[in-house]
Amino acid sequence: MSILETKKLTKRFDGVVAINGLSIGIEAETITGIVGPNGSGKTTLINVLSGMLPFENGSVRVNNAENLRVIRPRNIPLYGITRTFQNIRLFEQMTVLDNIMVVLTKRNVFSALFERHTAYRLKQAEDVLRAVNLWEKRNDLAINLSYGQRKLLEIARALAMQSDIFLLDEPFAGLFPEMVKTVSGIIKDLKDHRKTVVLIEHNMNLIRELCDHVIVMDGGVLLSQGVPERVLAEKKVIEAYLGK
Amino acid sequence: MEYLLHLAILFSIYAILGLSLNLIVGYTGLLSVTHAAFYGIGAYATALLLIKTDIGFLMSGLIGIILAAIIAFLIGMVLSKFDGDYYALGSMGFCIIAFSVFLNWQDLTRGPLGLPGIPKPEIFGIEFSTSALFVILAAVILIAIYFACRCIANSSFGRVLKTIREDEQAIQVFGYSTLYFKLTVFVISAMMAAVAGSLFAAYITYIDPSTFTILESVFVLAIVILGGLANLRGSLLGALLLIMLPEILRFVGFPGEIAGQMRELTYGAMLIALMLWRPQGLIGEYKL
Repeated sequence: MSILETKKLTKRFDGVVAINGLSIGIEAETITGIVGPNGSGKTTLINVLSGMLPFENGSVRVNNAENLRVIRPRNIPLYGITRTFQNIRLFEQMTVLDNIMVVLTKRNVFSALFERHTAYRLKQAEDVLRAVNLWEKRNDLAINLSYGQRKLLEIARALAMQSDIFLLDEPFAGLFPEMVKTVSGIIKDLKDHRKTVVLIEHNMNLIRELCDHVIVMDGGVLLSQGVPERVLAEKKVIEAYLGK
Repeated sequence: MEYLLHLAILFSIYAILGLSLNLIVGYTGLLSVTHAAFYGIGAYATALLLIKTDIGFLMSGLIGIILAAIIAFLIGMVLSKFDGDYYALGSMGFCIIAFSVFLNWQDLTRGPLGLPGIPKPEIFGIEFSTSALFVILAAVILIAIYFACRCIANSSFGRVLKTIREDEQAIQVFGYSTLYFKLTVFVISAMMAAVAGSLFAAYITYIDPSTFTILESVFVLAIVILGGLANLRGSLLGALLLIMLPEILRFVGFPGEIAGQMRELTYGAMLIALMLWRPQGLIGEYKL
């Protein structure tokens, strides 16, 4: 049963069609890889699904809830979705701890005005920061972290949301091997906790290791999908990556 | 002594303006130049009510604050949809409109002639008619505003304001309606500016539109940037330095009239220097 589904989804940038009538389904409690050459529309798809870009045609269904024709960014936590970004988007001039605390606290203006740190929320923040080995850095500004640590902090921020669906846009990019192990461990852990992960990744070994299902995009359309071993061996998929 | 008390009162008024503007510029990252307008609304409302009615300073000030809040809510509904340069330009437009109203609504404000004879404040039977008494009133209000700002800055609300400054679109993805946060802090800040306006009108006992020009907004902005963005003590430091500056110039030998003019020239030059070498201000936590 799909937890997330697009029907004939189309996104244009002026004259350029970035996603062209894409219909895909993401199974619940699985790890689904989205692969494809640069410019194939992977990140655009994540941006559309998280409401950061409007789409022109088609619809999205999340958690069996609605056939959404408009997605507002502030509503995506209500649909059980959270995300990370291809280009890291932390709250740079805030501490590591505050980057996490802000997603744990109340969304309502007046509740936020009178809310203070509770020990419970601090413990939640500690748990996610320890999961990515950043608890010791909690008082550092995010801008002062290394690239890899910044990637980890972004993942920790997504973890803190405790959502059902995690859209992870190239979480391994630029990480050294030890950090790759940490992140792949986190992703496996999410699946063990019955979460759904959508993973954009160029490293096919990681796709084979982690994913139950893979979707290949090229030129904004669905090129192929299925189990990684079969799909990644298809001639048209190899040609899309390496050229004919 | 009288002169030092006068400076202390001016410091308190400008520190209130600086603290409240820091909530918008320093914490939320929105370059607003509306402050002179709300300062003026507070001043005119208090002055008119004190002159034309006998409801007293507290009630006049309260009405000025409520009026500023209502206007800030209406203006903020529009401004909060913007960010960056558009926000700055929109806020500039409002400040110009407000000045134009102070200047041209002559039946109410007497335009460039101003409003003379504003009574000194009287609260619970105590008339704050001397500088020594007025400085106590101004200091108490400044301390209250400082702690209110500190509560806001240290709350979850304050943390969300900082994320709006850092990356508004990213924080929306985590479920925040940033428009309401921007609108709320704008209204709170405007109310605090109106408090400063009430104090100013009651202290000086004469107001005219020339005090509430966009240049006054830029002066308050200079206080915030000089002292430090997103640091409340920075606003106190900025107010202290910029209020004392013309006096220091006077003491180092500049004639009085030149010292006054040097104030604008110096804080303009200071802003340029800060942007070049210390964009977060003297003790600020955030770089523009």
